[in-house]
Amino acid sequence: MSGLLLLIPIAIVMGLLALVAFLWALRNGQYEDLDGGSQRILDEDD
Amino acid sequence: MTCCVPGEEDVAQAATGGVESDSAALVALSRRLGDGTCQLEFAVPDAHCAACIRAIETGLKSLPQVVSARVNLSRRRVRIVFDPERGEASALSTAIRASGYHNYVLDPSDDSAGDPVLAELVKSLAVAGFAAGNIMLFSVSVWSGANDATRDLFHWISAIIALPAIAYAGRIFFRSAWRALRVGRTNMDVPISIGVTLAAALSLFETIVSGEHAYFDASTTLLFFLLVGRTLDHLMRERARSAVTNLARLQPRGGTRVLPDGGREYVQLDEIAPGMTLEIRAGERVPVDSALLDHNALFDYSIITGESAPHAVPQGDAVVAGANNLSGPLLVRAERASTESFLSRMAAMMEAAQDARTKPRRIAERAAAIYAPLVHATAFATFAGWLLATGDWHNALLNAVAVLIITCPCALALAVPIVHVVAAGRMFERGILMKDGAALERAAEIESVAFDKTGTLTLGEPRMVEQGELSDEARRIAASLAAASSHPLSRSISAMLGEQPSLGLSIREFPGRGIEGTDDNSGVWRLGSARWCGVVTSESSGPEVVLSKDGTALATFMFEDRVRPDASTAIRELSALGLPVRLLSGDRPEVANAVGMEVGIRDIAAGLLPEQKLAAVQQGRTMMVGDGVNDAPALSAAYVSVAPVSASDIGRSAADFVFTGDRLTAVPFIIAVARRAAALVTQNLTIAIGYNVFAVPLAISGHVTPLIAAIAMSSSSIVVVANALRLGLSHRRKRARAEEARGIVQVEPRAA
Repeated sequence: MSGLLLLIPIAIVMGLLALVAFLWALRNGQYEDLDGGSQRILDEDD
Repeated sequence: MTCCVPGEEDVAQAATGGVESDSAALVALSRRLGDGTCQLEFAVPDAHCAACIRAIETGLKSLPQVVSARVNLSRRRVRIVFDPERGEASALSTAIRASGYHNYVLDPSDDSAGDPVLAELVKSLAVAGFAAGNIMLFSVSVWSGANDATRDLFHWISAIIALPAIAYAGRIFFRSAWRALRVGRTNMDVPISIGVTLAAALSLFETIVSGEHAYFDASTTLLFFLLVGRTLDHLMRERARSAVTNLARLQPRGGTRVLPDGGREYVQLDEIAPGMTLEIRAGERVPVDSALLDHNALFDYSIITGESAPHAVPQGDAVVAGANNLSGPLLVRAERASTESFLSRMAAMMEAAQDARTKPRRIAERAAAIYAPLVHATAFATFAGWLLATGDWHNALLNAVAVLIITCPCALALAVPIVHVVAAGRMFERGILMKDGAALERAAEIESVAFDKTGTLTLGEPRMVEQGELSDEARRIAASLAAASSHPLSRSISAMLGEQPSLGLSIREFPGRGIEGTDDNSGVWRLGSARWCGVVTSESSGPEVVLSKDGTALATFMFEDRVRPDASTAIRELSALGLPVRLLSGDRPEVANAVGMEVGIRDIAAGLLPEQKLAAVQQGRTMMVGDGVNDAPALSAAYVSVAPVSASDIGRSAADFVFTGDRLTAVPFIIAVARRAAALVTQNLTIAIGYNVFAVPLAISGHVTPLIAAIAMSSSSIVVVANALRLGLSHRRKRARAEEARGIVQVEPRAA
């Protein structure tokens, strides 16, 4: 039981972190141009 | 990276006038950024790889006025921030074209970059996904045997996560359900909302009384799957909308007004009042119906009549809105307000036609109409039945909620949009833009196809086909005369002859006749119609231009509107699909017959007025393929319609599908994809219904535990999605095989 009390908060906090990271990426325009990113890496000057 | 070398020649040909070449209009259209710079977005439908990005961006950044330029490859757009003080805005479009790409300026008022609905959907999706995942963690523990205090703890934690998540992610459904209920109607969102709320409330009650079953996981997973379907559906509509704006080459949004004191001012379209004097520069379109004040002039009426030959207008006569000025700058007096112009009347005709078209209701809507009452009735019957049979209201309610959860239309909500998204993706790869999923459903049901001629079966641009012998001197003279005019035939001649040194002739243009150049020692040169040049030539079917010196013909240039290279292939493929093909043309019967013969269409109707075309496409389920304004009523009246990207703005907005590039095989491709998609939609609906037939009796009989609900719901949704993805997969496999056969390195110019 004591293990659960430690592990459950850790699991939930990790999930929350992922959620926050996703919302941040969304707000930051990371999903604006999905095709462009994969092509731009081929451009040496960028 | 040589995979993209777009036909530079074709791009040069397309360099006609429009808003793109008018700096004042471009600046008026752009978004002010505050620090003196402006932002514009151009659609670049041909951009598709790293080399394209590089070419467009470096081309733009070499201009002094460009502050920044960034291509968005997903949306096929380039966003440019520029300083209008440091250079002409019209150079932007020219620079993109010089890099080899077609481009159209976009109307910033239609900018969907900050789409609040999509943002809300995606955020809700993220929250629902997070909640569903974490709650599942505890539910699995409960199912694997956690009991007593541990189970209660897990249920409480689940409740803490689920309740706020449902309140947040379910808003979209609750709002929509409430809107429908308030006006006494019901929609798909009503059973969803009731199901989710009841399940959550009952689970909370169970948690409080330390009950065995809680449906927190089911209600959040349900919201998650439903939101996936809803988001895909929204993306489809959004893509359709941005497809239309993407291509909006824009009718004139205004004109240059000549003030009484001689000054110039740019006025918006709706501010133009009858009586105003407007200046129409070469290559500009006439914004409203007007009277010509200046000397006689030539206009391109092709978007109105579909005829490629230029139209001479004598001084004082009326010019119709949308006509393209082929002569030098001239003055017109506005005769009507924009709302009463020819284009607006056409638009009104289209609207009337659209209203008259009995659109079959979309499959999903039809399903929803039957679905909601059925679900409510079943759930209520379950509750009443159990209550009567056992008298245990608690158990009766549990079973009724199980029915609501099980019947929640996850698979049903995903069944249609997922197929449409995959189909739209396939079409997008081929440069075809789809307006909405309903068009895809209709395209699968058509019984015949009708083509317009000019600009649809043909490219709509006269090409020089024959020129006779030319001396070097004549070649130089012809090139410099042609370069002085913006007439399509002249443009075509100068494109063929290429850049030649200037000869210092004094050049005058005679609208409707040709161009005259005089030189001190070599005499009078004329490039123009045979009669004007004083020459008698043989009868010919297409337009021709004569080069003469002092009344003697030196060369004859013959022109022809070329048929699209793959037109006959497209017609053959359509016949193979079992569809009869018709040609509906406003042109003369000889010309229409000649084109029909060439591409292999036997059923030809020529000399049709827009009204007659409209009547012709209203018979049966016809797909109309056309481009001009004269086709627009027919395009909107037809069961489903297709337009090339080169079509007039009004034609494009009337069409359900727009294809870029010169390839007419896009038409059979659309039909093939639509039929495949229709088959997949039917399969998906069968799967979704089959799942209900199997699961609902279980729920009614009280055998559905939260575990069974979770498994049944997820698996049916996943099966539906996987089935839809087959549409994309078979294609990928085929393409991969084709690439292997060609050798991995693509060296040939962009093939499709």
